[in-house]
Amino acid sequence: MTKSTYSRRRVLQTGAVAGTGLMLPTYLRAEAHTGFTNAPTGDTVTLGFNVPQTGPYAEEGLDELRAQELAVQHLNGEGDGGMLATFSEQNLDGTGILGKKVNFVTGDTQTKSDVARASAQSMIQKDNCIMITGGSSSGVAVAVQGLCQEAGVIFMAGLTHSNDTTGKDRKANGFRHFFNGYMSGVALAPVLEKAYGSDRRAYHLTADYNWGWTQNESIAASTEALGWETVQNVLTPVGAGDFSSYIAPVLNSGADVLILNHYGGDMVNSLTQAVQFGLKDKQVNGKDFQIIVPLYSELMAKGAGSNIEGVYGSMNWNWQLQDEGSKAFVKSFGEKYGFPPSNAAHTCYVQIMLYADAVARAGSFNPCAVVEALEDFDFDGLGNGPTTYRGADHQCFKDVLVMEGVAGSGNANMMGYDTLSIVEVTPRAQVEYEPDHPMFAGGSLGECNPGA
Amino acid sequence: MLGLNSRDFKLFAIVVVMTLAAPILLNPFPVDSALGQSFNAGYPALMQRFVIFGLLAIGFNILFGLTGYLSFGHAAFLGVGSYAAVWMFKLLSYNIIPAMILSVVVAGLFSVVIGYVCLRRSGIYFSILTLAFAQMSYALAYSVLSPITNGETGLQVYSDDPQVLMSQGDPIVPHLFGLEMNSSVTWKLGGWEFIFQNGYYLAAVFMIAGFYLSIRIFRSPFGLMLRAIKSNQTRMSYTGMNTKPYMLAAFVISGCYAGLAGGLLSAMDPLTGAERMFWTASGEIVVMAILGGVGTLIGPVLGAGLIKYLENIVSKINDTILHNWFAFMPDWLDNLLVAIIHPFIGKGWHLSLGVLFMAVVIFLPGGLVQGGQKLGGLFRRRAKPAETETDSVVEANSKTPAE
Repeated sequence: MTKSTYSRRRVLQTGAVAGTGLMLPTYLRAEAHTGFTNAPTGDTVTLGFNVPQTGPYAEEGLDELRAQELAVQHLNGEGDGGMLATFSEQNLDGTGILGKKVNFVTGDTQTKSDVARASAQSMIQKDNCIMITGGSSSGVAVAVQGLCQEAGVIFMAGLTHSNDTTGKDRKANGFRHFFNGYMSGVALAPVLEKAYGSDRRAYHLTADYNWGWTQNESIAASTEALGWETVQNVLTPVGAGDFSSYIAPVLNSGADVLILNHYGGDMVNSLTQAVQFGLKDKQVNGKDFQIIVPLYSELMAKGAGSNIEGVYGSMNWNWQLQDEGSKAFVKSFGEKYGFPPSNAAHTCYVQIMLYADAVARAGSFNPCAVVEALEDFDFDGLGNGPTTYRGADHQCFKDVLVMEGVAGSGNANMMGYDTLSIVEVTPRAQVEYEPDHPMFAGGSLGECNPGA
Repeated sequence: MLGLNSRDFKLFAIVVVMTLAAPILLNPFPVDSALGQSFNAGYPALMQRFVIFGLLAIGFNILFGLTGYLSFGHAAFLGVGSYAAVWMFKLLSYNIIPAMILSVVVAGLFSVVIGYVCLRRSGIYFSILTLAFAQMSYALAYSVLSPITNGETGLQVYSDDPQVLMSQGDPIVPHLFGLEMNSSVTWKLGGWEFIFQNGYYLAAVFMIAGFYLSIRIFRSPFGLMLRAIKSNQTRMSYTGMNTKPYMLAAFVISGCYAGLAGGLLSAMDPLTGAERMFWTASGEIVVMAILGGVGTLIGPVLGAGLIKYLENIVSKINDTILHNWFAFMPDWLDNLLVAIIHPFIGKGWHLSLGVLFMAVVIFLPGGLVQGGQKLGGLFRRRAKPAETETDSVVEANSKTPAE
């Protein structure tokens, strides 16, 4: 046991200190109510760019970051202004947003929800960011979107293709410009019918997580509507590396189409191995065997090299589009970095422009005002043709590109950029759906949250 | 006092003071200064991580530091604890008490099962077994058990969840009988800004309690038994001791700590995902312990703090910020310095951590605590006897017995 001796003086001293300590909080003021979280006070406003800089999607993330830095330059009146000139709204004049110079902070999500949320929290709590954008995975997008909803800032999603982002997990403070699995499915279906007929047997290899499932569900539904038969759907672990044990059974399954619901490095590996197994040169049921990769990206095409020749897929945007907006963006991105932008870069750039414009139109940084300005907002000139941000689920509706892998010029620097060619631009009307479509049902936006 | 000897009590008191004053101590620079924008770490989300991962490392140290059994799958307990807590939020209410209790209980039961199997082997085989179990848990949570864990998207609370104990008007964020975890008061003092958040203080209280318990365990006959196992388990068996129950007890206590840490993570931010159980997360815990000093009381907490600081602060420094710092220099020097520092910041924070880790392992095998002792020794020799009593942590650490 410890012996303790208390003197009266000691007790009084301790009491006085403790009393002061307890009274201190009454001198502390609760946060001043400015109406919303992180209201910009000085002559600058800070945006948070939360992208994967390490991990499996780092390539996409770094390209997003390039486009985001470019967007900030254009907003602040540096560089050639890019798509500001072609945007159908002309509220942005190169003086920042509402006259405040745009600053940004960056963070590394590592493609992990926890890390992404930690990084977003530090952007909100420490750097006083008014808006968070970026992300290269649906799980991360959903996680950060939820955080922004609670904290009362706007989230402009980057590359996220899962139906859930604006379906089951939609949030009032979150917006997605990128397309989704359902749109990929319905955009691809007519092209596939024309190229491969309506009597096909499809074998799916699906990345075993949320995005893979929703994509598989979407593609299976739209190909079955054509009259195709889904022979089997096999779930593969993410980051498997070696897919040979999954590809070998395809040969004996009687299927004549292989659909790879993979993304990033997984897609590069599974496609390369499928080609090595000679699937592309086979004849099954009297037809040429075909491979389909529903979601393409330039960086994946680069990794897969010549294996993508003749393989169909879909994209949100491509640098080869010839409208004024796309040309302006490709020019200013190319001048700064020396190569064309990817569609991940494009969506992030556009999201920042849309946010800045919404603030300008609303005349306020208040998230609720921004939400109101973006809901059911029609615009054009940002590379995708006439586009609408639907108010019911905060999903953008625009044309979807169907791509085919081609030989390209053989220039190693352009690998992935000129090895994809646009087969068809599926008009927007064809990819539209009801907000309560079964694949998107079960979510609710809730109320917009301005925070403190 | 409190059943501690005077040296331990001093250490404990310092930890208590440092933890409670963290919002002030971690914000040494004014908010708007360049240094403040880059290096201030006193914002609630990061401070929460400091104490929660500190708690996790304290628990890990009870197993690894005392018995020498290196568990390479500790993140599994953290993950299980977080899932348990979020499920409590979904089923009962946002009150954190049931969540905390269940997360400790579930992680405890889980560690009994895993411990029972893994402790049949020692050394590297034990490590590999725990790693295998943790990876299994990760794979299950990531896809197979998606109905329970919501897979890759992560488990979160939806507005249509049952929440049977929730009544009208209850806060819709985690709270302790109405005290919301994410509400805070800000104290503005000149250019400085200190944020005192409920959630941080709750986590801090748990960390302090965990730290106290760990001191008591270190100094108890039970702790002595664990150390005896570390020094020579075979000899212990020869003397007729059955060491298994002691090992299992240490493993379960350590698992409960991890479960509590997981529960706290969920209470601060009610979303959890499978990557919390990934093997790199387990590895990070091991690195925390080694970096800080295995087997010392305060070491793992310091290690946890350092890693979280690097992860959250250094990873956010980018080239633009560097150019701002060096703006006063001539352009060529500015560019040169940025080019030199570039690999170590932003996405390169892993590299900084790696270099630091190597330096510690090579030059300070006893971790940061040993560094503190060396520094303290240096200091003591030079200083006059009258000035030796300082309150710096470094000095305090030097007095911490390494074992």
